[in-house]
Amino acid sequence: MATPLLEVDGLRKSFGGFTALNRVTLHVKAGERFGLIGPNGSGKTTLINCVSGALAADAGRILFDGRDITTLPAHRRTRLGIVRSFQIPKPFVSMTVLENLGIPLEYAGRGRGHAGGAAEATEILQAIGLEAKAHLRPAGLTQIEMRKLELARAMAARPKLLISDEAMAGLSSAEVDDILAILFRLNAQGITIIMIEHIMRAVMRFSERVVVLDAGERIAEGTPDEIVRNPAVEKAYLGE
Amino acid sequence: MARTVRAVLVGLAVVAAGIALAMLRVNPYLYFAGYVILQYVVIATAWNILGGYAGYVNFGTPAFFALGAYTAVFLIQSTRAPLPVLILAGGLVSALLGLGIGYLTLRLRGVFFSIATLALSIVLQTMIMNWDYVGGSRGMSVLRPSGPPFGSYVTFLFTVMVALAVVAVIVARFIERSWIGRGLAALRDNEEAAECMGVPTLKLKLFATTISGCLLGVAGAPFPYYVTFVEPNSAFNLDYAVNALAMPMIGGTTSWVGPVIGAVLLGAAQQLATVTISSEMNLFIVGVVLVAFVVLAPEGILGLVRRLRGR
Repeated sequence: MATPLLEVDGLRKSFGGFTALNRVTLHVKAGERFGLIGPNGSGKTTLINCVSGALAADAGRILFDGRDITTLPAHRRTRLGIVRSFQIPKPFVSMTVLENLGIPLEYAGRGRGHAGGAAEATEILQAIGLEAKAHLRPAGLTQIEMRKLELARAMAARPKLLISDEAMAGLSSAEVDDILAILFRLNAQGITIIMIEHIMRAVMRFSERVVVLDAGERIAEGTPDEIVRNPAVEKAYLGE
Repeated sequence: MARTVRAVLVGLAVVAAGIALAMLRVNPYLYFAGYVILQYVVIATAWNILGGYAGYVNFGTPAFFALGAYTAVFLIQSTRAPLPVLILAGGLVSALLGLGIGYLTLRLRGVFFSIATLALSIVLQTMIMNWDYVGGSRGMSVLRPSGPPFGSYVTFLFTVMVALAVVAVIVARFIERSWIGRGLAALRDNEEAAECMGVPTLKLKLFATTISGCLLGVAGAPFPYYVTFVEPNSAFNLDYAVNALAMPMIGGTTSWVGPVIGAVLLGAAQQLATVTISSEMNLFIVGVVLVAFVVLAPEGILGLVRRLRGR
């Protein structure tokens, strides 16, 4: 097996006396569809914040593409290809949808300062079905369009690894399918995807491999089928 | 590129117009008042680079302005340095202070950053008050150099301030339209998202605080020669903090034109009120106008114009 795209090794993070992550280790292979699940407060978002660089880990190592990125600031990790979307969409509110995509194209894209910026942004919006709203401000978007903008903006950063943090929470069933289809398409283009989700139907259908966190510890790993039958996972979600 | 060249040409034309106005030798009061208005163009423009573009509201404008002024006082005292040196040195020292508060943004955001800058101003004023070499709390008289061009030193300072205002506006305009301005706008909208989209937020914030501080210091450096008597209460006047914030808010913070419009309108109104009503009316006018704008037109005059055009 080739070296994994993302290697998280013994990661620990505590907030005061509360241990959010306790020696978490996981490997994500290039091109994989990877699911990360766990009950509320299990440390999923903390893990993602550590991987994307928003939080500094207390101990452990993070390797991306074989390179140690543990101490790199977040924007440098984005340039290397780790891009995340936010659970609660965080659009640039003073800019149009198109301009929102311009920021990662200019700052994170490989072709900084080249003239095709607007064309590239339009292309991404078309792929994601948002081109009709290109000149609107985010305040004029619906909930699903906001999620799509979040994904489109992440795409504009040209990720190798896309971390989708609850991109589907609060969406209707048809809308969930819509987002899932987009993520499948991105994966088919060769982008590795980590999906964090509470909607089991979605994450189980999407993921090739799932890791379960509970109270900051990794309690299970396997294919979706294995995870569903795992008694430890059932216990974490439902109690004894 | 062509637009930058054009902006510089327009700037040069404005400076030339200023010099022509100085040679006309109209009523000296006009130069006296014009200097103050132009000084506010520099201050408002400088404040807006940090407050408007990056969204970090600085209440400590008097600290940067007075640091520029007192750097000049120190150099006049020690070496009788010429005016260009005073301006460069004032800008440099205030730029360093700006870089310092830039690191504050690592831990302080929103209103906490603003409070810290206000505190900075008070700390600095206390230090100056206890530094006898530059006059301490008693203040200090400054002798203007003899033989100024255009007959009077205030008229000469007027032309200097025209040039400084043009430089400040060109710098602001350049920042606004470059990748730096777009990055600042992104971090103003959402710092976390900006960082995750590849924007080096700390670097850009340090740049904004440094440039903003530098221009505020530049605005303060000619101040000793303008007033000829510098004392802490006038150099650290609260007016600067209020006006620096009010002028861009009234004009509109998203474009370089906003602070210029705000400074000219509000500055002129204040000068007019000072001569016709009383000098105490200054802040009252600012207060009323600011409240009216915050309630009725939060995006300033530029926002109003845009709304009327239906865009």
